[in-house]
Amino acid sequence: MSIASDAKQALQGAVQGVMAKAVALAPDSWIPGGEPDPLIRERYGHIGKPLSRIDGPLKVAGRATFAAEFPLEDMVYASLVFSTIAKGRIAAMDTSHAETAPGVVAVMDHRNAPRLAPPPVFMSAPKAANGDNLPIMQESEVNWNGEPVAVVLAETQEQADHAASLVRVTFEAAPALTSLDEAREQGTKPALFMGQPLHDERGDAEAALAAAEVKVDALYTTPRHNHNAIELHGVTVAWQGDVLRIHDASQLVAHTAWSIGQMFDMPEDKVIVTSPFVGGGFGGKCLWQHQVLAALAAKLCSRPVRLVLSREGVYRVVGGRSPTEQRVALGADREGHLKALVHTGVTVKTASNAMPEPFILPTRSAYASETLKLDVQVVELDMLANTFMRAPGESVGTFALESAMDELAEALNIDPVELRIRNEPEKDPSSGLPFSSRHIVEAWRTGAARFGWDRRDPRPGLRREGEWLVGMGCATGTYPYYRMGGGAARITLMQDGQAVVDIAAHEMGMGTATAQTQVAAERLGLPIEAVRFNYGDSTLPGVVLAGGSQQTAAIGASVGAAHRELVKQLLKLAGNDSPLAGLKPDDVISRDQGLCKADETARHESYASILSRAQQPSVSVEAEGPPPLETMHWSMHSHAAMFCEVRVNTVTGEPRVSRFLGSFDCGRILNPKTATSQFRGGIIMGLGLALMEEAQFDERKGRVMNPSLSEYHVPVHMDVPEIDVIWTDIPDPHAPMGARGIGEIGITGTAAAVANAVYNATGKRVRDLPLTLDKLL
Amino acid sequence: MTIVVNGAALDAPHDARVSLLDFLRETCGLSGTKKGCDQGACGACTVLADGERILSCLSLAVQYEGRSITTIEGLGQPGRLHPLQQAFVEHDGFQCGYCTPGQICSAVGMAAEIARGVPSHVTVDLGGEDILLSHEELRERMSGNLCRCGAYNGIVEAIAETYGAETLAEAAE
Amino acid sequence: MTPFRYMRATDAASAVLKGGAAGARYLGGGTNLVDLMRENIETPESLVDVTGLPGGIDELPGGGLRIGAAVRNTALAEHRAVRLRYPMLARAILAGASGQIRNMATVGGNILQRTRCSYFYDEAGSRCNKRHPGEGCDAVGGFNRNHAILGASSACVAVHPSDMCVALAALDAVVHLRGNGGERRLAFTALHRLPGELPDVDTMLQPGELITAVEIPPMPFAARSTYRKVRDRSSYAFALVSVAAALDVEGGQVRDVRIALGGVAHKPWRAERAEALLRGGPLSATSFAAAAEAELASAQALSGNGFKIDLARRTLVAVLEDLSGEIA
Repeated sequence: MSIASDAKQALQGAVQGVMAKAVALAPDSWIPGGEPDPLIRERYGHIGKPLSRIDGPLKVAGRATFAAEFPLEDMVYASLVFSTIAKGRIAAMDTSHAETAPGVVAVMDHRNAPRLAPPPVFMSAPKAANGDNLPIMQESEVNWNGEPVAVVLAETQEQADHAASLVRVTFEAAPALTSLDEAREQGTKPALFMGQPLHDERGDAEAALAAAEVKVDALYTTPRHNHNAIELHGVTVAWQGDVLRIHDASQLVAHTAWSIGQMFDMPEDKVIVTSPFVGGGFGGKCLWQHQVLAALAAKLCSRPVRLVLSREGVYRVVGGRSPTEQRVALGADREGHLKALVHTGVTVKTASNAMPEPFILPTRSAYASETLKLDVQVVELDMLANTFMRAPGESVGTFALESAMDELAEALNIDPVELRIRNEPEKDPSSGLPFSSRHIVEAWRTGAARFGWDRRDPRPGLRREGEWLVGMGCATGTYPYYRMGGGAARITLMQDGQAVVDIAAHEMGMGTATAQTQVAAERLGLPIEAVRFNYGDSTLPGVVLAGGSQQTAAIGASVGAAHRELVKQLLKLAGNDSPLAGLKPDDVISRDQGLCKADETARHESYASILSRAQQPSVSVEAEGPPPLETMHWSMHSHAAMFCEVRVNTVTGEPRVSRFLGSFDCGRILNPKTATSQFRGGIIMGLGLALMEEAQFDERKGRVMNPSLSEYHVPVHMDVPEIDVIWTDIPDPHAPMGARGIGEIGITGTAAAVANAVYNATGKRVRDLPLTLDKLL
Repeated sequence: MTIVVNGAALDAPHDARVSLLDFLRETCGLSGTKKGCDQGACGACTVLADGERILSCLSLAVQYEGRSITTIEGLGQPGRLHPLQQAFVEHDGFQCGYCTPGQICSAVGMAAEIARGVPSHVTVDLGGEDILLSHEELRERMSGNLCRCGAYNGIVEAIAETYGAETLAEAAE
Repeated sequence: MTPFRYMRATDAASAVLKGGAAGARYLGGGTNLVDLMRENIETPESLVDVTGLPGGIDELPGGGLRIGAAVRNTALAEHRAVRLRYPMLARAILAGASGQIRNMATVGGNILQRTRCSYFYDEAGSRCNKRHPGEGCDAVGGFNRNHAILGASSACVAVHPSDMCVALAALDAVVHLRGNGGERRLAFTALHRLPGELPDVDTMLQPGELITAVEIPPMPFAARSTYRKVRDRSSYAFALVSVAAALDVEGGQVRDVRIALGGVAHKPWRAERAEALLRGGPLSATSFAAAAEAELASAQALSGNGFKIDLARRTLVAVLEDLSGEIA
């Protein structure tokens, strides 16, 4: 980030601040969600049914086509060469051996790559998508260890890979800053996240801490993480006339089309990005160099190109989660009421991106403390730009906060569940906004009962089964409701009663296509089989990021808006000969494959009847969702009560999770089957975060040393017990369908629940993740 | 000599470097077998070679001349799914679906191993003739197949339902 | 991957003829060699596929076993004689890798697998004396949590990753070799090397020499043996420390014992000091602790692996206690 754009971000932040005040004070009815979504009232329809995935048969049969599986005529295969220094320049590059190797079509490097405008880094514009703003193979400068420096194109992958090994690069290294400690000595700076400083203060928290009757004050650290979706990042691209076709694995097709258009100086509608299936995303399947390099290479050799990153390549080219060092200090009175809450620390980013890991976010709305001090400082290293990974901020922030709460509970001799309930705030402690819907206490009570929390002995180290010490721990998970602007959808209703919903949204396994088919069918009053949900194509309406757990809300609001437009159009077409004659759109709902008066359902006419009388084969409407003002009017968050039982081996220190329960308060659950998988999946990634995950960044070279799935451990089957998941299912009156997103909350709180259980088992408080056995010997 | 893939005899590649995985995906157009690491660390590329589960990414295609390969496409197709494929759908044994073909092929191979009495790391009695089909046994035996979406519970449920004790006894006959 | 010629051998004689050529390598299941070739760490000019060589698992007179080098790991682990007479071997194999890899990997290939040191694997970006002798070792001073605590040198601190080999080292196995000069036998414990000044040389094999079989001598007390592996995740991970042990007890005394450690050295580590201390001594927690202490006395920690010294001691003691409990 240049200083100029820092200033721009700060200015945007200030403008947002003024607007936020106005929105906060506006009447509810002016705000989206002020009138509850009518679907919230529907309790016996498609919503809430455990429908199996509609794309399930394709996936289990290996017939779902992923990005690297579209064969194109005359296609060439790409292989990358990466830098091995963290900073400096390419002094010499000998590609002659590679160029003459069998099957090689071309070798591209900074000298012959087509020219390209600078990448629009994510958050610098509404549709900016790039992971950083560094030139892509345009210059001899090297910006990180692992930056692509050449692309070899050949007739087969084997030929391309071999020729890539023949490229000889001479690097001229410059001094690089790759050590967190060194960088900190040179000074930190305040972090900005989405235009807002990551800083909150209320009262004098340090003074309140010093004066508190009981206090805990500790440092917690979390390492680097990588998303490690099992699908390698792959792309198949072709220039077709003036159109660039990109088969991508993407969680942001519209952003990608616009951003690539910017770089290639093309209108965004000439860049067609499709992504019908994504083999896992978690924040990692966005726009990085590989898509751009493939498009450049395809232009250079005038042939379609397939570029699949190797697993090492994913680590070199696609950013991950940054490390954090967090201080959490809590001061309380003897009854456990918080007097001071301090959560501060340092994280790492680069000068070329705008993503400090915002670990204080979960603390903002967590507890009713008399005073509060939250702050994130950042240092900038010479490394691959870091990025969003599942629950950025909350995943690692809750580890520190909720470990500290456990430490405080012990210091106070109060049950950890009770301590949290005792500090339940009445309104948002940071913003002062009312909560839209907060039932965390209910989640705690039902979760504790089901888990058997009352069987926990608070004294650590007492429960032993053979070689194993057994313990229980708990923690709060939390993730905000987000809805980003720009969502839009098209509904096309056919005379035969079939409907098509088109929206440039994404299915990466969350169950979007399935749940949104249910929602659309409910909204339209149609059977499931009559609705087709199209997504994953930048030519469809809307700008919908599959991130921030916001897709459900963004799609819901967009389809809701399109539905209102559809009702208007249908009423017009129905005319005066219809039982609906004279009704206003607000009086009418969809039911039984047609429209009816909301409070007089017998006044009904079917879509088929309306369209056939109007002699219309179909009607198609498109509408945008309203601006997402609801998050400035209410404090909207999901919560979870996480319970964990661990066993720690007294001989070897091996920690193994034996039971886990997540009790969630996320609004209404649209599909219990796919939602269960989302919750469990998040929790399992949280178990990885707790127990084993770490990208080993060798600070001597600025290089990740375990860029593989054998050395970067993610949980395997054997690490994962049956995970119990329950939820309140209380609709959020101000969210579309009453549902808040569920994709990320599972990873939050989980690591702390594990660490707290380990403490209960062993009496050892581990504050540095991952919680490996050497820390428990 | 040829490689038999899902019943069809195909010429092995001329380039000995071609892995069985790339042969299936790029030459045969059978992209149901997935590439997740290309280094033997994730299991997404699992196929059956003469009924045994193997990793196709670490196999050179030429090594499998004269052998019979079954891929996910050979197990079943939409409309006539293999019972295990159907159970994966019903138990939500996947999210993104990318590791799924490997999980399913691995489970089919694993079921044959259990039926044959092959012990595992968690088998208590190595001298025993029968393997108890516990969730722990399934989890240990399936640990070579990573699922980053974390669909492990559903996968184990789907396998347990499909290969209950009776089904395994039949497979052994 | 560099282009290479692929050949199949159907008998040991023709395999050795082909394998003796310059730049030739033998190919088993490919689970390690193909990976290393893809990483440009191994660049053979020809591969001699020896998976078709004859030789199964044969009973030897007196109760031992002769295992063909092409026998797959699963086949060895599931063999009834192995399960009943040498459970530590079955357990070691089953603790390694995954079901798929065990179906592919051969005994010969498992023995010859190379280290998983991440600096060894980083051909493009790191220094490694095992890849390029003399260029230096980036693991010292880097991430060396998994590295050697015993028998390392300033040139190399890598560990041998096999589980199976730890059991074979404990079981007094003998390796059958065949080269252009004829056949020979080598004690399994003499096959792998400590790194010394030649870390690029993993074994005592002569160029072109082929492992044809592994012989395990009769060892009745090995029916009470086990293998314990300690790792960072519950399955599908390399050992931080592992212990293979067999204990022969009579009248509260240790009549005989076999112990080997894995994950601690450049080779499977036969714990001869511990064995010597235990043999003929009392069956007691004190003597187990003393034996473990003695074996690890020469252990040296790097920046990140000090915990392994204690871990190895504790695991060894626990395994001996388990075995003595089983007997008592």
